[in-house]
Amino acid sequence: MSYVQNTDEDRKEMLKAIGAADMEQLLDPIDPALRVQGELALGPGMSEAEVIALTRELAGKNRPASEAASFLGGGIYDRYIPAVVRYVLSRSEFYTSYTPYQAEVSQGTLQAIYEYQSLICRLTAMESANASMYDGATSLAEAMLMACNIKRRSRILVPEALSPAVRAVLESYAAGKGIVIEGIPFTESGTMDLARLEELLSVESAAVVCAQPNYLGLIEEAGEIARLARDGGALLVSYVDPVSLAVLTPPGEYEADIVVGEGQPLGNPQNFGGPLLGFMATRKAYMRKCPGRLISATVDVEGRRGYVMTLQTREQHIRREKATSNICTNEGLCALTAASYLTSLGESGFREVAMQSMVKSHTLYRMFSELPGCRLPFGENFFQEFVVTLPSPLDRFMEAAAARRLLPGIPLGDDFPALGAGALLVAVTEKRSRAELERYRDLVSEAGGET
Amino acid sequence: MSTTIFEKGRSGRRGYRLPENDCPAEGLELPVQRTGPVGIPEIGEQEAVRHYMELASKNYHIEKGIYPLGSCTMKYNPVVNEEIARLEGFAGLHPAQREADVQGALELMYGLERSLSEICGMHSFTLQPAAGAHGELAGMMIARDYFRNRGEERDTVIVPDSAHGTNPASVVLCGFKPQTIVSDERGLVDLDDLAAHLSDRTAVLMLTLPNTLGLFERDIDRIVGMVHEAGGLIYMDGANMNALLGIVRPGEIGIDIMHVNLHKTFSTPHGGGGPGAGPVGVSENLADFLPVPRVICEDGRFALSYKSEKTIGRVHPYYGNFNVFVKAYAYIRTLGARGLREVSENAILNANYLMSLIQESYHVAFPGPCMHEFVASAANLKKHGVRTVDVAKRLLDYGLHAPTVYFPLIVDEALMIEPVETESKETLDHFAGVMNRIAAEAKEDPKLLHEAPRNTPVRRLDEATAARTPDICWLD
Repeated sequence: MSYVQNTDEDRKEMLKAIGAADMEQLLDPIDPALRVQGELALGPGMSEAEVIALTRELAGKNRPASEAASFLGGGIYDRYIPAVVRYVLSRSEFYTSYTPYQAEVSQGTLQAIYEYQSLICRLTAMESANASMYDGATSLAEAMLMACNIKRRSRILVPEALSPAVRAVLESYAAGKGIVIEGIPFTESGTMDLARLEELLSVESAAVVCAQPNYLGLIEEAGEIARLARDGGALLVSYVDPVSLAVLTPPGEYEADIVVGEGQPLGNPQNFGGPLLGFMATRKAYMRKCPGRLISATVDVEGRRGYVMTLQTREQHIRREKATSNICTNEGLCALTAASYLTSLGESGFREVAMQSMVKSHTLYRMFSELPGCRLPFGENFFQEFVVTLPSPLDRFMEAAAARRLLPGIPLGDDFPALGAGALLVAVTEKRSRAELERYRDLVSEAGGET
Repeated sequence: MSTTIFEKGRSGRRGYRLPENDCPAEGLELPVQRTGPVGIPEIGEQEAVRHYMELASKNYHIEKGIYPLGSCTMKYNPVVNEEIARLEGFAGLHPAQREADVQGALELMYGLERSLSEICGMHSFTLQPAAGAHGELAGMMIARDYFRNRGEERDTVIVPDSAHGTNPASVVLCGFKPQTIVSDERGLVDLDDLAAHLSDRTAVLMLTLPNTLGLFERDIDRIVGMVHEAGGLIYMDGANMNALLGIVRPGEIGIDIMHVNLHKTFSTPHGGGGPGAGPVGVSENLADFLPVPRVICEDGRFALSYKSEKTIGRVHPYYGNFNVFVKAYAYIRTLGARGLREVSENAILNANYLMSLIQESYHVAFPGPCMHEFVASAANLKKHGVRTVDVAKRLLDYGLHAPTVYFPLIVDEALMIEPVETESKETLDHFAGVMNRIAAEAKEDPKLLHEAPRNTPVRRLDEATAARTPDICWLD
């Protein structure tokens, strides 16, 4: 099954119209010696029923977090996705369309992305947002390049309490441009060591990255970090969780220069970590330095409101090697998803998602604080995620919990050895019920101490 | 004109209700900072659905008709693959789950990597890059670290003037200097110019194959020999791989690094501009440089391996756009070896057929058999005061989508046309008929073209004002 519609009869007629004797004549530019001999070793094709059976079998070998009591986070969260969002996402008018190069027949995509940009501006309290990037990690990498370009400097200060995966992507991008990344350690309270930040800031620092909340779930003194960055002549790049912005100070209020983050929690499934949604917002003054597509409202020849891609002279297809980035295809459909998620929840629903996550995570924290042997090193200054060291050995506990369809969190020992081998990052979203929190507590309690 | 979602909001309306919070907030210390409104509109479910359906009705899309954008490979996106990718066993996985809980996902990724390696004749693939340009960047990083590892200082990358803009942009992002070489009168790499640019500073020749003119580089064997002789590597931009399935395996003809676009060749949808996926394949001597983690298989168990000293690191925070992999995997298994070959043969046939139908109305830049696409030019209509943009806009009036316009840059008034294999002969006949009719209109009544489009939700838009004073955020 190749979805090809040409019949043998069609092919004959078409070859005749072309004036070619056979297919071979059309392949003439390719030296026969360079061609595949025989058939690819891929086996025969399959019917629809067979491919469904095959893929169902593969899906069946997985145990999805979405069907368990999942406390996994670290940037990707198990949130409820309203049916409206899934429905919009499944409409072929959106998912089978291309990048809106012909604006007159792409007003649906263009307006949806314009609304997405506007929503990101509101969430972050910034003046402009782009049409999306691949994911939070590459958004931060692009923000780093943008900051170095604006400041004509080549050092970036990033918190050590940053997702190790995000840090790794940042390192890959920095290497190409000769950018030096310096880590800012966290204190005993789990937040950025501001004294150390002040020491590290120099005339070469292009930007300070503030992860809010940071990877350990804690809320940073973002205003103070912004002030230090400014005093040091560096830009402030905020790496934020979008849902947290319902309840935390928006970066525009502490005068962040560039705001980026991972937009998966805005209605996108976990999808084993992809596709994700990178968002980016900045000041109006830096709009022309920003990477990626921008959609602008305008009018048509009859004066009707419409939308177009704009400031394309920043982009690779016009500017080539002088472009602000190489990005072309982005994550348009995930941005549409985020917009439809936010509008289907509305102001109060969105705030409730954030509040329920905060209340439930703090409830679990309190439950753990009453269990003997549970170590909670960093206090209650967190949004929806916290670090805990359980009384029983982590491997054994993870195993036992998995058998009971509960995913306790992300082990931190390998990436943050200072936190100890048993440290666990626990996320609680609005989707968790009190019964699941109690089940988690009881499991910890039953597993007991070191024996 | 559609009202924006912001104008439709009314405080107190809800589109979705959460379950009651069964955890009391009393007694907790909650670090709430933001108490003022965010400014998200409140809208009922029915109005939300109507809003998005109204927007949907203003979009052209593959399920509506032919989408002949050159180098974009807008082929049919099989609906069954959408259904498969939505299975909870795939969509509901968290990337930090234990390997034991994601064996099916790893097996699928392993299978896809092996299939792409077989199709492309490469030693191994990484699935991490989220798009074609991201794949180019990963490929450049691999080349950079390869030479660094060998202690060779090579800092330039040669890019033909017909290349996609992403090519030179990716080169620069990786710290290399791009050098442009010209195309010859055949529309192919000018061998003399290539020779003049090759040196011991050359790291890579970046080549789109077939090139953006829809031509296969007839001298590819010599090109490969020249670049390798100079100590450089060859990167193939595989955006046009739809022409070569089962016909040419790039690894076998000497390509060292390449990317493919799953959202082009392997039928996954474009989503109005993503998500895509741009897996990168390499030859054996470069395999150690691929990003980590790699999917490995030991005794029938699948695992993620981070063990690699030479790796370029990560280009994606997890494993890439997994949901896209599921669709591409299903597509490859559905087609099998013969189906894939059928794809390319029919893509080439359709392109040549369409070219033959319109070549009397439009100048074809480089005649002779093309591969999966060809570049026509509306330069012959200039004398009637008509330009390519006018032809494109007039096509919209006929309910058809326009080809890629003004690219590649080396063809005046370019119309880059890729009809893809899934379009039927009748559709191509209709499209060609309209193209020819528009060429006739250009002579007889050019006003029709200048004033086009008239039958679309909006007419030509004022891009100049948008660029001067961009309005990119709705203000109440």
